[in-house]
Amino acid sequence: MVNIAELQAYGYFTLTILLVLALYGYIYHLYSTKKDVDGVDYESYSDMALKDDIDDTPVSPKSDKEK
Amino acid sequence: MENRPLEYDYTIAKMFMFTTILLGIVGMLIGVILAFQLAFPGVNLILGEGLAEYTNFSRLRPLHTDAVIFGFTLSGVFATWYYVGQRVLKVSMAESKLLMALGKAHFWLYLVVVVAVVVSLFAGVTTSKEYAEFEWPIDIAVVLVWVIFGMSIFGLIGIRREKSLYISIWYYIATFLGIAMLYLFNNMEIPTILGTSASGESGIGSWYHSVSMYAGTNDALVQWWYGHNAVAFGFTVPIVAMIYYFLPKESGQAIYSYKLSLLSFWGLMFVYLWAGGHHLLYSTVPDWMQTMGSIFSVILILPSWGSAINMLLTMKGEWQQVAASPLIKFMVLGSTFYMFSTLEGPIQAIKSVNAIAHFTDWIVGHVHDGVLGWVGFMIMASLYHMAPRVFKREIYSKSLMATQFWIQTLGVVLYFTSMWIAGITQGMMWRAHDEFGNLAYSFIDTVTVLHPYYAIRGVGGLLYLVGFLMFAYNIYKTMSARPVEEHELQNASPMGA
Ligand code: HEM
Repeated sequence: MVNIAELQAYGYFTLTILLVLALYGYIYHLYSTKKDVDGVDYESYSDMALKDDIDDTPVSPKSDKEK
Repeated sequence: MENRPLEYDYTIAKMFMFTTILLGIVGMLIGVILAFQLAFPGVNLILGEGLAEYTNFSRLRPLHTDAVIFGFTLSGVFATWYYVGQRVLKVSMAESKLLMALGKAHFWLYLVVVVAVVVSLFAGVTTSKEYAEFEWPIDIAVVLVWVIFGMSIFGLIGIRREKSLYISIWYYIATFLGIAMLYLFNNMEIPTILGTSASGESGIGSWYHSVSMYAGTNDALVQWWYGHNAVAFGFTVPIVAMIYYFLPKESGQAIYSYKLSLLSFWGLMFVYLWAGGHHLLYSTVPDWMQTMGSIFSVILILPSWGSAINMLLTMKGEWQQVAASPLIKFMVLGSTFYMFSTLEGPIQAIKSVNAIAHFTDWIVGHVHDGVLGWVGFMIMASLYHMAPRVFKREIYSKSLMATQFWIQTLGVVLYFTSMWIAGITQGMMWRAHDEFGNLAYSFIDTVTVLHPYYAIRGVGGLLYLVGFLMFAYNIYKTMSARPVEEHELQNASPMGA
């Protein structure tokens, strides 16, 4: 008979496998596309820290109205 | 008025810088007292027999842990959030009256909670759950502080100019969500006056007392799921947020690989939550859970080293900066200690190693190479980077900073090496037996052997505290040093002689 603890253990194991697949899928996605949906290279996001004065231009402005 | 250029508003950041330093001094001072109490029991009576109730080890220990975790570290997290948040989102708190009001409410309510915690723990009022000692009225106030913190984070994000969220923001959000979930679940408790005992008694105990909603093994599981993840979301996640901002900024180097930072983020989130079982090896929790705790602890090396190596590689080709700047030294040594303790932890989580390490001083050594070498160093480095910018002053003394670095590094090394030797000696002595299975040593034999190492740890801790006081002095003097021009602040912090 399957008891609740055993069920939990199998559930836990399955979830782990799924999350591992998701994580590797994400790695593959990042390194194959290199750019996000807005066409910004992921690496250029470092500039959000390096150019962070209030009048620096954002890497990808939230709205087109921004200067 | 109208034409004044927009500037970042650091009012709240400054307030939390103040509590970071104040509670750091208090917490570490108590730590040093504890260390000497373990080496020289007479210190328990430091203020005489009459006050022994308030000065003994057991009364002070939770004050130490809570002051350094929820006082020093959390204040540091808040201070850096109110600095980094505005900058990477490119929006000033001055642009929103609501956010300013929330920030102030956040600080003052936090201070009220701090006072309540200090008073109640000194009075011996506690739930006896490690790192969750606060009774229910304080818990409710803590939740309120946390909700305000959340509103500040998401409020600022809501009015941002930068569309994407910088990696540090991800980590701050994770800190917020992680601690919210952990704290709520672990502190589910029932005030005793509402309960009725098996024999029919009701209205038991003082109004502020409570008992956990969980019992026995379940309580232990929830407690260590909380306890370990308090390390994750208090000592790791927000500190990684700091290093991802302050190291690139201070060195002027872009993060070595932004993609790797995203990856390690999800890796860390995914793995950390399952590792807490390693606190309960060989206990009554199900065997598969213990094994999973061990396995996930070992896997945890990967995302941890992912971030740490990413930071060290950020310095690629720029290593002369480590020699030249004490501020960079703090951060580079910080990430090295991070790598070190995230390798040590998984080793201790292996069942056969844990059989020796559990309940010994090796664990305390592990805790402190992480918190002193990584958390403490990063928080001080962040405040050093912020000070010239929020006070618009040059750092008072570079040489004082360098001296502090070496004194504290020596302190950390003395602390963890003495605890390694003490811990492993202890572990081996406890389990030693003769051919018939009789234990070879009694407990007091280990106490005698460990005495010198406890004294060394006390000295190490004292050195760290001395360094921290130098830090406090340096920041204090910075507030009154020579003003600097805006443009000097672009990357590296300007430092006086
Ligand atoms: C001046 C520096 C410090 C000294 C001398 C010191 C000393 C101590 C001592 C003696 C203990 C009790 C160990 C035992 O029960 O055997 C302890 C526990 C602890 N300390 Fe510190 N401490 C210092 C700084 C810090 C800092 C900065 C943090 C965190 C940011 C920290 C976090 C902790 C934690 C989490 C524990 C509980 C460890 C456990 O239960 O295994 N300490 N410390």
